[in-house]
Amino acid sequence: MTDATQNTGAVAPQGSLHTLDARTKRRNAAEGRFKLYGMIAIGIGLLMLVTLLYTILSKGTGAFTQTFVSMEVELLESKLDKSGERDLEKIKKVTTFGYAPLIKSAFEKTVEANGIETDLKSKDMTKILSKSAASQLRNYVIANPDKIGQTIEFRFLANSRVDGYMKGRVTRDSIANDKNITPAQLDLVDQLIEVGALKKTFNIDFIIGADASDQRPEAAGIGVAMVGSFFMMLVVLVLALPIGVAASIYLEEFAPKNWITDIIEVNISNLAAVPSIVFGILGLAVFINYMHLPQSAPLVGGLVLTLMTLPTIIISTRAALKAVPPSIRDAALGVGASKMQAVFHHVLPLAAPGILTGTIIGLAQALGETAPLLLIGMIGFIASNMPETVGEGLLSPNSAMPAQIYEWAKRADPAFYERAWGGIIILLIFLISMNTLAVLLRRRFERRW
Amino acid sequence: MYDTEKLGTDVNQTETKISARNVQVYYGDTHAIKDVNVDIDAKAVTAFIGPSGCGKSTFLRCINRMNDTIDVCRVEGDIKIDGEDIYDKRVDPVQLRAKVGMVFQKPNPFPKSIYDNIAYGPRIHGLAKNKAELDEIVEKSLRRGAIWNEVKDRLHAPGTGLSGGQQQRLCIARAVATEPEVLLMDEPCSALDPIATAQVEELIDELRDQYSVVIVTHSMQQAARVSQKTAFFHLGNLVEYGDTSQIFTNPKDERTESYITGRIG
Ligand SMILES: Nc1ncnc2c1ncn2[C@@H]1O[C@H](COP(=O)(O)OP(=O)(O)OP(=O)(O)O)[C@@H](O)[C@H]1O
Ligand SMILES: [Mg+2]
Repeated sequence: MTDATQNTGAVAPQGSLHTLDARTKRRNAAEGRFKLYGMIAIGIGLLMLVTLLYTILSKGTGAFTQTFVSMEVELLESKLDKSGERDLEKIKKVTTFGYAPLIKSAFEKTVEANGIETDLKSKDMTKILSKSAASQLRNYVIANPDKIGQTIEFRFLANSRVDGYMKGRVTRDSIANDKNITPAQLDLVDQLIEVGALKKTFNIDFIIGADASDQRPEAAGIGVAMVGSFFMMLVVLVLALPIGVAASIYLEEFAPKNWITDIIEVNISNLAAVPSIVFGILGLAVFINYMHLPQSAPLVGGLVLTLMTLPTIIISTRAALKAVPPSIRDAALGVGASKMQAVFHHVLPLAAPGILTGTIIGLAQALGETAPLLLIGMIGFIASNMPETVGEGLLSPNSAMPAQIYEWAKRADPAFYERAWGGIIILLIFLISMNTLAVLLRRRFERRW
Repeated sequence: MYDTEKLGTDVNQTETKISARNVQVYYGDTHAIKDVNVDIDAKAVTAFIGPSGCGKSTFLRCINRMNDTIDVCRVEGDIKIDGEDIYDKRVDPVQLRAKVGMVFQKPNPFPKSIYDNIAYGPRIHGLAKNKAELDEIVEKSLRRGAIWNEVKDRLHAPGTGLSGGQQQRLCIARAVATEPEVLLMDEPCSALDPIATAQVEELIDELRDQYSVVIVTHSMQQAARVSQKTAFFHLGNLVEYGDTSQIFTNPKDERTESYITGRIG
């Protein structure tokens, strides 16, 4: 017995399983180090992500609240409708200048009623309101002419300096050289806050509203740009999905494998790597200069983004088709299905989750794309009206969410800067929801084979 | 085509169903089948035996033109079914495959319900006029595939959820559901237990009444049990072809003898 053990001991390394030999120790140490590097890498990544999210949220959430001043305005018939006929055409003749006095007197009354003491003249008091106040009043009157003569409670946007003051961006020190606001006006603001006439609340208009001119950052919203993005995505989906899927099915399942298809394949991969601005200039040359499609139209934007998205969709669709085991095709052909039946009855349903994921990711990419829009003029003007029909939505000039964000970031007023961050939050929400949808669809349709 | 088939039923038992002449198959530069000549009888079971990689599956796939789907594969020579060249330009492989069914080496059920697996073929060929007829075909096929008792309570469960052996019998049932004239079976029993194997062999014996069956097998016993004719392949050559009893008791070629006695393989 003892002899036997000694004999085997000479061949195989001997030792207790409870103590590690040097080799195992070295291997374990190497593995431990590798795990550590991995964790450090993930840690750095997470840290960056958190920093990014924190920056975006801390800078952007302000855009979702806005300062409003509420007051009761008497809609004087003598000012708005001298004839008393309630004739809309005549009422429309009164410009916003005609409404200014109403706001002034309403402001005076509010101050008086609340017992606020101030040396400011009514003209300077109303300066804490947004320049959009008069037009807000006018729009209301035109929409409701029967309200003339009554006293109605209004909520006016405060001007962006006051809003900045409420959000801590503007202080009494920082306005020393600011012509737009004076310390006396800020005193008035403080007093209005005390009596509850001036409040910072959630501002839905930022999400559904239109962009506003340089002078009125407080009135700017991303809603119209969102609609522009929506119509572009519609164009991309309607064009890129069928074209991309049909092209991939043909290339993957039907096309002979020869040098022509090889060239096509290489070129599709290359197209996926072409900088998006190239597609932009192509769109400008072909769709606008040559085909004379309207500038700044979501249709053109959508066409350009379709070009950009096609390679992504084709590549992911082909990958999804390739991933379907060939035995499934054999099985279908074996029972006498035609190639097309095999593809449409068996291969495509199995590839569908992959195709959908690829499409959604392609769309998400297109949604966030800015550079090509620069070239087709979807940047640099103010999209002020919601389109009313699908045709108008496709053809009338509009912007897109990332273009709008870029536009705001470019403007001088810090109030716009805040809105740019706010816009980024909305864009990210869209992108995250789309990617989540892609993951969910994948889970939902994924099947074993 | 219809007429020749009718003729075949009237003429004597050893009528030829499939005849192959000078068949060569290349995968790119690999010469996988070398000059094979063989006549396969109608209404009989023919077994293909031979060591792994000798080209049994390749030759089988020539008979229903499944090799068309492999890009690098090239087939030369003539293969005739009922006297008609199946590699003729006018032949649509889809029509051919409806007539020549196949059970693959690896079970490959569709990732659909058991019912749909069987019903798919009859549906695309319009074999059933209504749901009741389709139900009947499904039941009959599953019975012939020796799997009915195991799945009758879960016809709408996925076919991929069955065990490997059950999946293979499902594939057999799927292949017979379209009533092919020739049934090609590539090692149909390699994943089956002895009981299921016996059932499948019984099915093969039954099919012989109406169809020509070609079966690839690695089991000498199986070949001896079910087949009337046996072909022995070696390195792409058809070494010996003859009555099963003769091949197993009195092989002419010494390679055949070594193989069936287990000396090469
Ligand atoms: N798709 C293919 N591409 C290239 N070569 C192939 C292909 N299929 C088979 N071959 C080659 O052809 C030869 C014959 O293969 P085949 O599958 O017909 O063998 P087999 O007799 O069926 O073997 P087994 O008993 O292992 O199934 C082998 O050398 C194989 O490598
Ligand atoms: Mg094989």
